[in-house]
Amino acid sequence: MVIKMKKSMNKNTKNNFITYGMVIIVFAIVQLLLATGHVSSLMGGLLVPLCTYVILAVSLNLTVGILGELSLGHAGFMCVGAFSSAFFSMVTKNTLPGGLRFFLALLIGAAAAGLFGILIGIPVLRLNGDYLAIVTLAFGEIIKNLVNVFFIGKDENGYHFSMKDAISLDMTVDGETIINGPQGITGTPNDSTFLIGVVLILITLVVVLNLIHSRDGRAIMAIRDNRIAAESIGINITKYKMMAFAISASLAGVAGVLYAHNLSTLTALPKNFGYNMSIMILVFVVLGGIGNIRGSIISAVVLTLLPELLRGLSDYRMLIYAVVLITMMLFNWSPKAIEWRERVLPKNLFGGKTKEV
Amino acid sequence: MVDVMSFVSYLLNGISLGSVYAIIALGYTMVYGIAKMLNFAHGDVIMVGGYIVFVFVSTLGLPPLLGIFVAMILCTVLGVTIERVAYRPLRMASSPLAVLITAIGVSYLLQNLALLIFGANTKSFTSVVAIPPLKLADGQLTISGETMVTILVGIIVMVCLTLFVNKTKAGQAMLAVSEDKGAAQLMGINVNGTIALTFAIGSALAAVAGVLLCSAYPSLTPYTGAMPGIKAFVAAVFGGIGSIPGAMIGGILLGVIEIFGKAYISSQMADAIVFGVLIVVLLVKPTGILGRNIQEKV
Amino acid sequence: MTEKNKIMLEVKNLSISFGGLRAVDEFSISIRKGQLYGLIGPNGAGKTTVFNLLTGVYKPNEGSVVLDGTEVTGKKTIEINHAGIARTFQNIRLFKELTVLDNVKAGLHNQFHYSTIEGILRLPRYFKVERAMDEKAMELLKVFDLDREAEYQAQNLPYGKQRKLEIARALATNPKLLLLDEPAAGMNPNETQELMDTIRFVRDNFDMTILLIEHDMKLVSGICEELTVLNFGRILAQGNTSDVLNNPQVITAYLGE
Repeated sequence: MVIKMKKSMNKNTKNNFITYGMVIIVFAIVQLLLATGHVSSLMGGLLVPLCTYVILAVSLNLTVGILGELSLGHAGFMCVGAFSSAFFSMVTKNTLPGGLRFFLALLIGAAAAGLFGILIGIPVLRLNGDYLAIVTLAFGEIIKNLVNVFFIGKDENGYHFSMKDAISLDMTVDGETIINGPQGITGTPNDSTFLIGVVLILITLVVVLNLIHSRDGRAIMAIRDNRIAAESIGINITKYKMMAFAISASLAGVAGVLYAHNLSTLTALPKNFGYNMSIMILVFVVLGGIGNIRGSIISAVVLTLLPELLRGLSDYRMLIYAVVLITMMLFNWSPKAIEWRERVLPKNLFGGKTKEV
Repeated sequence: MVDVMSFVSYLLNGISLGSVYAIIALGYTMVYGIAKMLNFAHGDVIMVGGYIVFVFVSTLGLPPLLGIFVAMILCTVLGVTIERVAYRPLRMASSPLAVLITAIGVSYLLQNLALLIFGANTKSFTSVVAIPPLKLADGQLTISGETMVTILVGIIVMVCLTLFVNKTKAGQAMLAVSEDKGAAQLMGINVNGTIALTFAIGSALAAVAGVLLCSAYPSLTPYTGAMPGIKAFVAAVFGGIGSIPGAMIGGILLGVIEIFGKAYISSQMADAIVFGVLIVVLLVKPTGILGRNIQEKV
Repeated sequence: MTEKNKIMLEVKNLSISFGGLRAVDEFSISIRKGQLYGLIGPNGAGKTTVFNLLTGVYKPNEGSVVLDGTEVTGKKTIEINHAGIARTFQNIRLFKELTVLDNVKAGLHNQFHYSTIEGILRLPRYFKVERAMDEKAMELLKVFDLDREAEYQAQNLPYGKQRKLEIARALATNPKLLLLDEPAAGMNPNETQELMDTIRFVRDNFDMTILLIEHDMKLVSGICEELTVLNFGRILAQGNTSDVLNNPQVITAYLGE
C-alpha cells in the first residue's frame, strides 16, 4: 500500500517537472533562435511581456481554479507591484548595485501587491458569491485612478507628495519628480531580461504547484469544492482563502515588477492596468482550462503570439477573445455539452473538466 | 444663500443620476434575485440602448419617443437572446463561476461589437428631452429639463414595477421563483419563462436608463455602459441585492454620494468614493439596507 | 463515575426558532461514552436541525451543549470540530474534485502540521509528514474498503462508497463524537448490512461515541442502544431502543393518524 502511495506522490512530482521542463526547453529554443538571428525585433520585444502574461495567468489560475473565486482586478495587483517597485528602483538607482536593487524591487513589488490582496480580502473573502468579482474590479479601477493623481518628488529637503499636480510638490530647482501623475514614472532602470522573466516564471510555477500539492493547497481546494464540509472538518476558511488570494496577488505583483523594469516610461493606462487587461488574463486562464496550470502557460503564449503573427486580425483581437471566452465556457461547463462530449468524443481530449495540474 | 442653492442643485443632480442608477440596479437586482447570477452584460445593454436611439433619432431623425420605443424593443430582444443562448445552458453547471465568466464574455463581446461598428470615437448624443430648464429663486437655481424628466421617469418606473410585481400573476410568479425555484416549478410555474421575462423587463429598463444617461451626459462610446453598470450593481448591493425597493434607495443614495463627492471632495476621486461605499457596506452590513440574510441549506 | 459510564454529550433544553416557528423545542439528550445512539422521527421533525445546532451551523436561541465536560454552546463550526464533534451530511458533501485519498487527508488537516514555506520549498519535513498522512489515510480507507479507490476522484465513486468516504473523512478529524446524518440513505439492503457492521467496527475499534439519524428501522433497531424520537421539533419518546419502538405514540407518529 505504501508503495502505491509513493507512486502517486511521484506522479505529482513528475507532472510538475514536465511543466518546468517545458518552460526550460522553450527558453532554450528561443535562445537558439535569437543567437542565430531568427527572431525579428518585434518578436524579440515581445519576450519579456510574454513572461509577464504567463506569470499573471498562472497566478490568476490560483485564485480562479484552485480557490474557486473570481478576481477581476488582477491587473490592479500588477499595477501595485509595478509602481511600488519602479518607485523603489528610481530612488535607489544611484545607490544600490543593479542585481541587488532588482532583487529588492521584486520583493517590494510582491509584498506591496500581497498586502493589497489582504486588504481587499478582509472585507470580501468572508462573503460568498459574486462580491469578490465586483470588488476586485472596483479595486483595479481605483488603483488605476489613484496612480494617475499621485505626484511624488524628491529634492535636498526630502520627499514631497501631492495629489494635484507637479507644481504643488513645491520643490527646489534641482528637485526631481519621481511619480508624475498621468505621465507616470520615467527612467526606471531596464533590469528585466528574457532570462529573468523565465526564472520568475519557474519560481511562480514552483510556488503555485507545490502549494497545490501541500497540506495548505488541499485545504484551499477543499474549501473550493465544499465550504460547509471544509468547515465541518475544522478547516479555517478565512485563513486559507486569504492565503491563496494574497499569494496570487503577490505573484501578480512580481509580474508587475518585471513589466515595469522593461519600459522606460511606466504609465497607468486602461490598456495595461485596466479592466481589459484583467479580462485578457482571465481569457488565458479559461482557454487553458480552469485549474489547469500548464494550460494557462500554453494559452498565454499562444494567445499573445497568435494576433502578432496574424497581423490582419489585430482589429478583431478583443472580439475573438470574447467569443473564445463564451464558447469555451459553454463547451466546458454546460451540463448538456459535457454529456454530449462524453458520448461523442474520446475521453480526456479536452482538458476542461479534468483537474490535472 | 448661493451655497444653499448650489447644495440644492447638487442634490437634485444627485437624485437625477441616482434615478438612472436605480433603474439600472432594478435590472441587476431582479435578475440576481431570480436567476441567482450577476449579469455582467447588463451595463452594456445600456450602451446598446444608447446607440440604438443615437442611430434612429440623431441620425435617421425619428421622433424621440418612437426611437426610445424601438430601443426598448430591441434591447428586450437582445436581453432575452443573451439569456437563452449564453446563460440558460449554464444554469445547472457545477461551478457558479461558469455563468459569471460567460456573462463577462458577453459584456466584452457587446463592447467590441460596438467598437467595430461605431468606432472608438465619442458620439455626441442629442438629448431627447425638449423641456427648457426651470429657473428658480431669481435664476440662482437652474434645474435642467433632463434632471426633471429623469427623476420623473425614475418615479414612474418604480411605481409601475412595484405594482407589476405585487399585483400581477407574472409578478407573483417572479417572487415565487426567486424564493424557491424547485417549489415554484412544482406549483406549475414556468421557471424558464419567468426568468426570460425578468431579463426582458431588466433589458427594457436598461434601454430607458441608456437614453436618460446619454441625455444627461451626452457622450456615447462603446464603454459608456460599463462604469454606470458597475456602479448600479454597487447600488443594488448597497440597497440589498434581490430587493426592489432596496435597488431604488441604493441607487438614489449612490447618485447623491457621487455628485456630492465630486462637488465637495474631489472630482477625480468620485469613483473611488463610490467603490469605497461598497467596501464599507460589505464590511458593516453585507446584506445591504433592505437585504435579507440568506443562509445556505445544510 | 467509571470510564464506561462517562457522559460524552450532554444537551439541555436546546431550542431554535425560524421566523416564529420553533423548529427544535427543548431538546435534551445525554449520551454515554461509546454509545451508539439513534435520533429518529418523521420527515421535517427537526433531526438535521439538531445536528446543525450541535455543530454550530445554527446558533441556538436557548439551551446548552456540553461535550465531554466542555461547554461548546454557540461556538463556531470549526471550534466545535476542534473540540471533538465531526459529522456527515444528509446530502453528501464531499470534496468532489479531490481524490478519495485527499478527501481523507483534508480531514487529517489538524492532526498533521508543517508550515506553508516547508510545503512550497518541499523541505524534508514536507515529505516526512505527507508520508505519515498517506499512511494514516490509507489505514482509514482500508476500514471502509476504499483503499483500492484511493486515487479516484471522489465524484466518480458510486453512491454507497461516497457515503462511506464521508464517514472516513469525519473520522480523520479524530473526534470524540461522530454524528451521522442518514448514513444508509440510498443504499440497498446488502450495503446497509455492510454499513451496520462498519459502524459497529468504528465504535469498537476507534472507541467512538456515535449519534445517528436514520429512517431505516432495520438499521436503527439493529445497532442503536438508545433512541430519541423527534416529532414537530419536540421529543416524543426517549430511552431503550425496544421500549421506544413499541411505544404507541411513536407508532402513531410514524404510521400517521
